[in-house]
Amino acid sequence: MNMVNFFLAPLQYEFMVRGMVAAVLVGIVCAVIGTYVVLRGMAFFGDALAHTILPGIALGYLISGGARDVLFWWALGTAILAALGIGAISKNAEIKEDTSIGVIFAGMFALGIALISTVKSYAVDLTHFLFGDVLSVSSQSLWLILIFGGLVLLTVFAFYKEFMTLSFDPILAATLRLPVGMLNNLLLALIAVTVAVSLQTVGVALMVAMLVTPAATAYLLTHRLSTMMVLAAVFASLAGVIGLYLSFYLSIASGAAIVLTATVFFLLAFGWKKLHSK
Amino acid sequence: MYPHSHHEADQPILDVVHITVRYNGRAALENVTFHLHEGERVAVVGPNGAGKSTLFKVVAGVLSPTSGEVKIFGSRPRGHVCIGYIPQRTQVDWNFPVTVADVVMMGRSAKLGPLNFPHKQDWEHVHHALATVDLSDLASRQIGQLSGGQQQRMFIARALAQEAELMLMDEPLTGLDTPSQEGILELLDRLQKERVTVMVATHDLDQAATHFDRIMLLNHRIVAFGEPDMVMQTDNLLKAYGGRLRSTADGNIVTVDDCCDDEHG
Repeated sequence: MNMVNFFLAPLQYEFMVRGMVAAVLVGIVCAVIGTYVVLRGMAFFGDALAHTILPGIALGYLISGGARDVLFWWALGTAILAALGIGAISKNAEIKEDTSIGVIFAGMFALGIALISTVKSYAVDLTHFLFGDVLSVSSQSLWLILIFGGLVLLTVFAFYKEFMTLSFDPILAATLRLPVGMLNNLLLALIAVTVAVSLQTVGVALMVAMLVTPAATAYLLTHRLSTMMVLAAVFASLAGVIGLYLSFYLSIASGAAIVLTATVFFLLAFGWKKLHSK
Repeated sequence: MYPHSHHEADQPILDVVHITVRYNGRAALENVTFHLHEGERVAVVGPNGAGKSTLFKVVAGVLSPTSGEVKIFGSRPRGHVCIGYIPQRTQVDWNFPVTVADVVMMGRSAKLGPLNFPHKQDWEHVHHALATVDLSDLASRQIGQLSGGQQQRMFIARALAQEAELMLMDEPLTGLDTPSQEGILELLDRLQKERVTVMVATHDLDQAATHFDRIMLLNHRIVAFGEPDMVMQTDNLLKAYGGRLRSTADGNIVTVDDCCDDEHG
């Protein structure tokens, strides 16, 4: 098989093309918002948020009788509720933030599994929710990803300097009288939308990798926030495409293949940085 | 009516009236009252945990006092963007992916307003501020590559770009070598010429006495506030520092609270 064929063969299948477009779009959105997740040390929050939406998805799944396309809306609703809920809980000083997030997220995750387990075919469906199934993305879902992902990117662009100031120095943001509380909640909501948009691509369990790994890779290689966002988006897109080729030829689960590729990028960047700084 | 003489034509730049701040019932500041005039330079001195950072946050309008009132030019601080808060260097993420110019530009965020990107005049403000603190050459460096003194000057430039009229500096001299400290003190002189009012929290009693118009001796409440000669009396210092003072061989008094006291937040 020659090189051209190697690259073109998978693209004969419409589901592969749709999957790649989805993986690239989701990758870009996750990478850009992930920049803030990494810089603000919110990886655990992102992971918890992704897991917390499972009962919402499960409920939608039970009510709709297994239809996939409506699940986006259930995921979106639950994610926004959960993000603002976790945001409110973390302001409560009684218990440490990570402990209270841990309690809520494990409980909600268990509730999701319990709900899904009432259905006969639950093992298969649960797997899709947990690990994603980018190759089953419908063109309708693709539009939703495009629209909502686009909204996230536009918002990040519009509030670029506000989010940067807030993330670097919250006290400065307050003395400049920026609407700190509103901006914090907006950022949480953006992460929530991103999680909903990414659900089909990488699933609940691997979501944190898409939020954190490309952004962390870019963090190693630049000292400008804007460059970090662009680099992260490039790494995430590449990971999406390469991951799907790997998935196609090696019969690996698509979500896992994408995340593994992104992880290899990170390790390469880490090694390069270590060599370079000597 | 008695004739009312106006010593000061304007409202004071800062007027603090009976401020009390309590955290979980413990008083960080107790009944603090004072006011500052434009262009004044004041050192705030006191032991660790005396409430210096808390005072600055209340003045900056970042923290609401439990009771009492702060007025900046006659109105509450929340409406003012003319207060520059310069954080302790240890509270900053120096690995954050921003350049020196980026950080200074952050000071323009409020003037720019939402959905606006920096205009030519904003960059002019930034470059002018960087020139004032002698950091023009390092504008495109990542902030972690700066020395301690340069980091401090970058934050002063940020407050200049913000067009701050009142600058609150939390321990700007701590941990700097002598030449860097002198650089900062020289910069304070330049700020004073531009009528910028400056409050500096410091540990160094000597510097406070030699470089500032007035000294505030703080230990939850104001122990003494006035010109250096008046404030730097042994009984005042003992009141502020308790037993944590000792005399050195050459007759100077030094504080000994800098080592093992980490009860403060």
